[in-house]
Amino acid sequence: MTDTTSNQPVGSTAADRARASELSAVGRFLKATELDTRMLGMVGALLVIWVGIHILSGGLFLTPRNLWNLSVQTSSVAIMATGMVLVIVMRNIDLSVGSVEGVIGMIMGVAQAEFLIRVVGFQLGNPWLWIIALAAGVALGLLIGAFQGFIIAYMEVPAFIVTLGGLLVWRGMAWLITSGRTVAPLDTTFQLMGGGPRGSIGATASWIVGVVACVAVAFLLLNGRSQRKRFHFPLRPVWAETLLGVVACAAILGAVWIANSYPWPIGIVRQYAQQNGITVPEGGLYIAHGIAIPVLMAVAVGIIMTFITKRTRFGRYVFAIGGNPEAAELAGINTRWVTMKVFMIMGVLAAVSAAISSARLNASTNALGTLDELLVIAAAVIGGTSLAGGSGTVMGAMLGALLMQSLQSGMVLLGIDSPLQSIVVGAVLVVAVWLDTVYRKRV
Amino acid sequence: MADKIAPATAPMGTPLIDMRNISIAFGGIRAVDDASIDLFPGEVVALLGHNGAGKSTLIKILSGAYKRDAGQIFVNGEEASISNPRDAKKYGIETIYQTLALADNVDAAANLFLGRELMTGWGTLDDVAMEAEARKVMGRLNPRFQRFKEPVIKLSGGQRQSVAIARAILFNARILIMDEPTAALGPQETAQVGELVKQLKSDGIGIFLISHDIHDVFELADRVCVMKNGQVVGTARTTDVTQDEVLGMIILGKCPPGAIPGPGALKIAA
Repeated sequence: MTDTTSNQPVGSTAADRARASELSAVGRFLKATELDTRMLGMVGALLVIWVGIHILSGGLFLTPRNLWNLSVQTSSVAIMATGMVLVIVMRNIDLSVGSVEGVIGMIMGVAQAEFLIRVVGFQLGNPWLWIIALAAGVALGLLIGAFQGFIIAYMEVPAFIVTLGGLLVWRGMAWLITSGRTVAPLDTTFQLMGGGPRGSIGATASWIVGVVACVAVAFLLLNGRSQRKRFHFPLRPVWAETLLGVVACAAILGAVWIANSYPWPIGIVRQYAQQNGITVPEGGLYIAHGIAIPVLMAVAVGIIMTFITKRTRFGRYVFAIGGNPEAAELAGINTRWVTMKVFMIMGVLAAVSAAISSARLNASTNALGTLDELLVIAAAVIGGTSLAGGSGTVMGAMLGALLMQSLQSGMVLLGIDSPLQSIVVGAVLVVAVWLDTVYRKRV
Repeated sequence: MADKIAPATAPMGTPLIDMRNISIAFGGIRAVDDASIDLFPGEVVALLGHNGAGKSTLIKILSGAYKRDAGQIFVNGEEASISNPRDAKKYGIETIYQTLALADNVDAAANLFLGRELMTGWGTLDDVAMEAEARKVMGRLNPRFQRFKEPVIKLSGGQRQSVAIARAILFNARILIMDEPTAALGPQETAQVGELVKQLKSDGIGIFLISHDIHDVFELADRVCVMKNGQVVGTARTTDVTQDEVLGMIILGKCPPGAIPGPGALKIAA
């Protein structure tokens, strides 16, 4: 076993030095930090896109305001992309997520703005409004997922066909519920899930979240290290561990700082001051947005889904089935039930996304989530999920979603016409997958 | 029909496995046709036959991969209902498939425990414990094996084979099915598998061995059972027949005097 516990940049033993000298500086760095090169590549691509658009747009892109909006816009697609990773890892596909999102958004809207008030007789502002609406939406997502999953797993109709049918069926249903009428406004508490000044947690809470996250990062690194040590597995050098921790914490705190650098608009501050009897001082009152609630929801979903894929039996089975369905079956895994569960998770995530998107619009429209299935699949695939099955990460898919959204909102900032936007997004998807194919062959 | 086994050639006692009059058809093809076979504790029974003779299919019925159309399976004298791989494992039947049946994208430990993962008190996967167990069992089979963190697709053929074998013996199988266990192995590893078979046999485990290598069969097996066109040609103790006679059974379906003829035996024109 090599001695990699040394805190010098290069291992201290002769053997290690000899081996290390064969690698370039970059190679040594990657080996020591055990970073995934394709993930680094994605972060690099993201930075290139950000800086490129920033320059082209004359400094409009990398502003707290735009980045904050970008984070909110990304959350809905990012949440669904985490579920799509599981679906694609199992060699399936779900084309219906956008339509499922639409029909659930509609049901949640009708429930809180019409049904519960007119039929059940709740008062406006009753907290049960948003709770029941959200619960009904999540339950419906679970049911739709179970229904489609059942047809795919037990009736053996290909997922492509079932969810292509679903794409049409659920969109049609979304229209039928109100005959195409838009439902608005939504419950004020429900709206918080859409972000906006009130749908953000403010400066202090954001700093607390950031610090807690940094502590968690440090704990995970230390815990991983002590586990490796206990079983005498090779360790990362201390400098590499420290670097990883520092970079991760800097990224987290940097994100919090950016979110806290975006103040509420003057009009909303004035309104808020009036309501709370605060006199606005001379230079205006600075109230920071902080992290938006939908972004927190997306991060939470990302953490839960990562936990499911890495630490649970279910997650292990999803990957094993994707790697070799026959072997999984022969190992005694109930592959049909696992398949059905994956689609149920996908349905629930579509419901969460529906809540965020409709809350953000403050309305339920039958067009909600149109074409989202393509963004979600593209995010997962750009994020390194292989359509051949068996490989993919939740984190990658979420980064993929951020990348897609950056391109799109960047092009809007640049004033590019929407047909051209489609062309760019389509081309980027194909190029990204091609690059990934090349990368996989080389490794 | 000659389904009665003469006491002179069959070991005494209750068979570990007794498959009676098993049939299965795919489309119009009768892949296994009224086949009967048994296996006693501490015994190695080799299944021989051409490609497509029905050996693998018969064995997949026992391991639960296929559902039989007709016939009964007795484990320790009691009728067993085996309709999926989980059922078979419940009866202590473990299988090493010809294709190895490994999930290529996960590591060795994950494959060893696939479907039977060790869990922590929190209900999460206990990867550390699984890796520790994997190191133990792999240390017995293939002491030089160190690549525990890599997906099995990156391993060599022999290493993959030892992962598949380790998985079968990890859970204290009583009945082991080995479908071409040495097909991907070099001479040294083949010898290791031979040693392993002898060791398991002395532990009282019953082994069905499917092999094309007739020398292997004569070295390891106590009895041979030859199949042709889905039917059993005959069963014989390896001490009662010669290799040429067994080849005759495989190629011509001709049952020699030392063997008990099955339904598939060549009918000698009167």
